[in-house]
Amino acid sequence: MPFSGAKRWLLVGIALAVLASYFGDQFNRYYVGVAIDVGIAIILATSLNLINGHTGQFSLGHAGFMAVGGYCSAYISLRLTGHAHAEWFFPLSLLAGGLLAAFVGLLVGVPSLRLRGDYLAIVTLGFGEIIRVVAQNTEAVGAASGLKGIPKYTGLGWTFGLAALTIYVITSLVNSTYGRGFIAVHDDEIAAESNGVNTTRTKVTAFVTGAFFAGIAGGLYAHHKQFLSPTGFDWLKSIDIVVMVILGGMGRTVGVILAAILLTLMPEFLREVAEYRMIFYALLIILLMLLRPNGLFSFKFKRRAA
Amino acid sequence: MSSPLLELENVTIKFGGLTAVSDLTTTVGEGELVGLIGPNGAGKTTAFNMITGVYQPTSGHIRLCGHDTRGIKPSKLAAQGIARTFQNIRLFGSLSVLDNIRVAARLHNKQGYFGALWRGKAWKTSEAETEKHAIELLEIFDLASQRDEEAKSLPYGDQRRLEIVRALATRPKLLLLDEPAAGMNPSEKDDLMRLIRFIKERYNLAVLLVEHDMKVVMGICERIAVLEYGRKIAEGTPKEIQCHPRVIEAYLGAAAV
Repeated sequence: MPFSGAKRWLLVGIALAVLASYFGDQFNRYYVGVAIDVGIAIILATSLNLINGHTGQFSLGHAGFMAVGGYCSAYISLRLTGHAHAEWFFPLSLLAGGLLAAFVGLLVGVPSLRLRGDYLAIVTLGFGEIIRVVAQNTEAVGAASGLKGIPKYTGLGWTFGLAALTIYVITSLVNSTYGRGFIAVHDDEIAAESNGVNTTRTKVTAFVTGAFFAGIAGGLYAHHKQFLSPTGFDWLKSIDIVVMVILGGMGRTVGVILAAILLTLMPEFLREVAEYRMIFYALLIILLMLLRPNGLFSFKFKRRAA
Repeated sequence: MSSPLLELENVTIKFGGLTAVSDLTTTVGEGELVGLIGPNGAGKTTAFNMITGVYQPTSGHIRLCGHDTRGIKPSKLAAQGIARTFQNIRLFGSLSVLDNIRVAARLHNKQGYFGALWRGKAWKTSEAETEKHAIELLEIFDLASQRDEEAKSLPYGDQRRLEIVRALATRPKLLLLDEPAAGMNPSEKDDLMRLIRFIKERYNLAVLLVEHDMKVVMGICERIAVLEYGRKIAEGTPKEIQCHPRVIEAYLGAAAV
């Protein structure tokens, strides 16, 4: 085999996703829609897990990065409508959204990652709100009424192909000598720094990588729902993603993926009580802290086997 | 005259109204084993924190191989050859014993972010090398059988040893040990003294040692500097220090002299 280990799994994942996209039309459209929601949630949760789980920096701004990526790629697609092969530019618009989100992540991360714990959470929370308010007041992206008529490009193939890529990138990073630096920063910042790990750079790297994939997820989301409204990216959306990471067990990739699936499917089955989601989350987290402090899905996996 | 490995010149640090270290001047030469002792609160750990770049001195100079270290981040200083252990053990608790070493060995692993993503031939060679090196180190220090265990699950003595091995994995020129014998029983202390002598010889290290246990300090140090209230009150060979009136006064009170 020309590709070994993790790379082979990535190829298998992408192949399955592409295969699924060919049969996508045969499935009930509702189910396909939910499956795409699940895929996007996996990207969001896995990428936030790098920041909040592995590196141990508590960010509450993931919805903000998602909004940046979503608006950016949707704006590009809308600009290109009418163009002969507009759909071909979809991956580029996703990439542009991801890169812009990563750039914004760099701008936010460099000053705020000097802060620790609660302070970082507050700054990132504030950042998310700033993004939302900016979107709400910018005519170019539809202001409060939102961005309508975004072409439907997101399918099973793109979503799960990119989800596989996200998982690959995060696990490959963490499972390397280089990436052990993220966990070292999580475990003991002072010891990490004195053993040659540039902690500021490590934290910013995690933050920017996470923001990049949140931006990609935002682009997928925009071309899936075909409509973006600023209210969809409020801080509750960030909390949703954080809950996935906490429930799955901080720094446990498999658990976080399972939690992302569970927490995306659950509201679908519990439509009538969806309004009470936050109450349910709060109870769930309290119970989790008491009963399974290492995460809902922390079975006896080999530690950090991802 | 060539400049010594580490040189402190009139180093002073103030925290608000408190002068933690005042006008400290001393040197550590290549391959030398120097002890830094003093009563509680004398400023020994603060001196360590200044040498490793955690704190910046209010005034004075710290030089490593003749170059002023002011403003250099601790991680950079680690790359330049200063390694340390901590008074209260600071391991990467959730990482395995082997991974603790790998983190420190990162300094000598050229593969970065994109290397880890691409996982090409160069990356694989480099990872294998780092791992081989780490395992060799663990074997030398008798920790290889616990390589896959979580660092925080090790017994206390092994944790102390692992912290020293981790510091060695950065391949330092100067090793700072902050109370390595704390909490050890007499036989463990003997092992520790052997260990310190061994690593000093084998890796041709200079060692600066903060320690309260006089048997350890007197047993292995070639030179000792004594701090009291942030000031150096004496410096000399273990013999000289043992009968130095200021030192006896600092430890036992004026009546004992």
